[in-house]
Amino acid sequence: MARIFAATGLAALTATLTMGTAFAQTEITWWHAMGGELGTKLEEIVAGYNASQDEYTVTPVYKGTYTETMTGAIAAFRANEQPHIVQVFEVGTGTMMAAEGAIYPVYELMADTGQDFDPEGFLPAVVGYYTDTNGNMLSMPFNSSTPILYYNKDVFEKAGLDPETAPKTWGELESFANTIMESGAAECGFSSGWISWVQLENFSAWHNQPIGTLENGFGGLETEMTVNGPVQVKHWENMKRWQDEGLFQYGGPGGGADSAPKFYAQECAMYMNSSASRAGVLANASDFEVGFGMLPYYDDVEGAPQNSIIGGATLWVLQGHADEEYAGVADFFSYLSSPEVQADWHQFSGYLPITQAAYDLGQEQGYYAANPGSDVAIKQITLNAPTANSKGLRFGNYVQIRSIIDEEFEQLLAGSKDAQGALDALVERGNALIRDFEAANK
Amino acid sequence: MQTKRVVFSNRGLPYALLAPQLAITFVFFLWPAGQAIWQSFLREDAFGLKTSFVGVENYLRLLREPDYLNSLSVTGVFAVSTTVLSMGLALLLAAAADRMIRSRDAYTTLLVWPYAVAPAVAGVLWWFMFNPTIGIMSYLLEQLGYDWNHRLSGTDAMIMVVIVAAWKQISYNFLFFLAGLQSIPHSLSEAAAIDGAGPVKRFFTVVLPLLSPTTFFLMVVNIVYAMFDTFGIIHATTEGGPSQATNILVYKVFEDGFIGLNLGSSAAQSVILMVIVIGLTVIQFRFVERRVAY
Amino acid sequence: MVENRPWLTFFSHAILILGVLAVAFPVYLAFIASTHPQNAFISGLVPLLPGDRMIENYGTMLDAGISTSGAPPLGVMMWNSLVMALSIAIGKIIISILSAFAIVYFRFPFRLLAFWAIFITLMLPVEVRILPTFKVVADLGLLNSYAGLSIPLIASATATFLFRQFFITVPDELTEAARVDGAGPMKFFRDILLPLSRTNIAALFVILFIYGWNQYLWPLLITTDESYYTIVMGIKRMVQVADSQPNWNFVMATVTLAMLPPVLVVILMQRLFVKGLVETEK
Repeated sequence: MARIFAATGLAALTATLTMGTAFAQTEITWWHAMGGELGTKLEEIVAGYNASQDEYTVTPVYKGTYTETMTGAIAAFRANEQPHIVQVFEVGTGTMMAAEGAIYPVYELMADTGQDFDPEGFLPAVVGYYTDTNGNMLSMPFNSSTPILYYNKDVFEKAGLDPETAPKTWGELESFANTIMESGAAECGFSSGWISWVQLENFSAWHNQPIGTLENGFGGLETEMTVNGPVQVKHWENMKRWQDEGLFQYGGPGGGADSAPKFYAQECAMYMNSSASRAGVLANASDFEVGFGMLPYYDDVEGAPQNSIIGGATLWVLQGHADEEYAGVADFFSYLSSPEVQADWHQFSGYLPITQAAYDLGQEQGYYAANPGSDVAIKQITLNAPTANSKGLRFGNYVQIRSIIDEEFEQLLAGSKDAQGALDALVERGNALIRDFEAANK
Repeated sequence: MQTKRVVFSNRGLPYALLAPQLAITFVFFLWPAGQAIWQSFLREDAFGLKTSFVGVENYLRLLREPDYLNSLSVTGVFAVSTTVLSMGLALLLAAAADRMIRSRDAYTTLLVWPYAVAPAVAGVLWWFMFNPTIGIMSYLLEQLGYDWNHRLSGTDAMIMVVIVAAWKQISYNFLFFLAGLQSIPHSLSEAAAIDGAGPVKRFFTVVLPLLSPTTFFLMVVNIVYAMFDTFGIIHATTEGGPSQATNILVYKVFEDGFIGLNLGSSAAQSVILMVIVIGLTVIQFRFVERRVAY
Repeated sequence: MVENRPWLTFFSHAILILGVLAVAFPVYLAFIASTHPQNAFISGLVPLLPGDRMIENYGTMLDAGISTSGAPPLGVMMWNSLVMALSIAIGKIIISILSAFAIVYFRFPFRLLAFWAIFITLMLPVEVRILPTFKVVADLGLLNSYAGLSIPLIASATATFLFRQFFITVPDELTEAARVDGAGPMKFFRDILLPLSRTNIAALFVILFIYGWNQYLWPLLITTDESYYTIVMGIKRMVQVADSQPNWNFVMATVTLAMLPPVLVVILMQRLFVKGLVETEK
């Protein structure tokens, strides 16, 4: 922590020394995908940085969804119009890593610009996803989250359930949901955002099942997906059955835009989504109390619960800008990872703290004690030491594979395929895209 | 090609007059089209750092790819349904308006303005109405006992985008049908009436055949519209889903190119689309030439 | 009509009124939604009667926007749309009328080639050549500029054809008389052809203005700087926000404002609009 303080102190000192010179401020552009409440907070953080020094000005630009932000940046790179910093979601990691001439790895950036930077200070569960095989950090974690369970305490109470107890296993979840629906407290048991991320990727890691060969793709481009195992098949079978019984309601592909409104409107009693939805959930759930829990697991699966994996996004630095601008980027990154900024962002948004220092600071401030449930995510992600199955995943063309997951899930729910058929098709189509990526990046 | 009997003679002037249009045409149409053709023979990574020539591989893969074949048939269903729905309703409205004498202009004004609504905006309007939680249409359908779910049911999603596309195109078809109906001499209809044919029979035996040039013209225009001008509708609503059920060709070009970053495949799809547009344009142009004597 | 059938007239009115209502209903709902506070959309059904937040909602959107959804103030976006629509409409009319003049009133080598080069643009909608055109515009440094927004959409075969057809119907006697008077081609163009084309130009202007205003994919791709966003593309940004809910009241205020100018143009200039539409498509 002291080191990071020193870094900010040094930056402040440089800023004071250069103050009064006639040079214009160096402009740094940051493309991000944070809309709504998160976007407001992000702008506040940037404004804080811009006010803290006057050498650099960071301009945040909202570029739409994660997909739009990433592909927009790549298209801009091809056109030589790239921003300095782009926020890329975790599934774009494979694509970004392979683009060696286009990205400026964060560990190199920090070394080149002489920033005092300590990769050891970051939480391993978070940075592990974004380091190369030599342990070098390639991008700057900013907003990492993991899916958790939100539930409506009022509905639980109305249905005669204990409002302080979240379901621990899928079995409990099913019986809770049935109680709720039978009592008429709500029309549906649960909904879920990000089917691909929550009900397949995290589901697999949480039950210690491999997502792909070669350590889920960390070991090389020759990896193949393996999510059509019996545990996943059983879960998707249940999802289909629950949908037919009205217990589960689908909220759409990608982030599942229709799932949150179902929870807010008290149609569905439970809701699984990113821990970072916390800010939005609390803002929208004005008429009821929200409870938090870990993801459910099947207690008959050996090794479950293991640990969940992260999602969210990191900041990648793109090549092709002037040195003094990179100095600004590095300075800004130091500011972003300072415990105060991190703790503030984490506590506001529900994203995981990315450094141990930020987590410690939160504890010192008594934040977790005062806000029960706010540490569910970090407990869940650090529940056990990660195995090869629960470190994360790294596949090329994964943005498209995510759409395939949604498509196959939709076919399952629409009844045109059974769980085994959908998952087999998913693996086959996914592997074809991974082979394409391998061919294009040899 | 026909010109004036009387022309001006000047060596440089015509080139100077043509220069701006030709320059723009070359830089922004012909050159990019050439690039698309070249790109369709390449395989490239997303950032454009590694490129290799793969011949017609991209085309062969497309023809084998179930998603592409699906997109072809989805486009067909979408274009035909949109055309039939929009033209049918427009013809009905035009036939009704044609009977009106005093109120015809007022109805026309009230019916033509959706032409001015952007496809993307039209998409958002209907997306809001079909929203599963707060949308009025999904609520009404639920009351009627129909479990509307465009998130899961490809049919529902297709119905929705067809409604949006047809809604926006009704005004256009209405205007052309109305103009067509008004150009039919009343004497023909009257003759049929004297023979004892009722209004419905007259419409089908006399009016409709006389409208066939307009109908044919509108058919081509509507198909072109549904195939190319509806990008905004799809992008603002279903984004091609669920399970590719509304992934029309134009949207797929964009999706594979800009989202999937598979530039070779996207370029190959562009080239195929160009061939389709050229075909449709030729049909349209030949027809126009026949109708309007140059 | 031949005979008077009251039930048929009644039936026709019924159909037309139903048609008008069906066509207007989505827009009515959008307007209603734009007059409510944000929390009206969280639970249950969308409201059907106007709320009391109209002035606040429109006020917020017009002068502040929602920067977190990538929406600069609507005033800025509407201005950009206006600039883009006007540049496209005026630019298209100028270059088309000039090239139609050249093609009709001159004989010169490569005339046929030039004609076909223009004709082929009819076959290449923006959507099918989107990536390479994007690259060209980027190479020319036109991303985030009004030039980049409008110039690539200016070349148009339809407008050229319209003027060509019209010029062909202009009597040759006029040309002869001008030549006898010793007028050069540009003088003839300025003093005779241009005044004669006035209605055609106006009609075309209406159609092209709508075309320009409603552009969606192109501005979406080539603008990365919020100060060049157009209103039609801005809507999409507001509907899709990551990990959060769209603010429907603000979205619908934007939708209403995005529709207003082109719809007004159509209604106020209906005669010209109909003429433009029917003629350009011939």
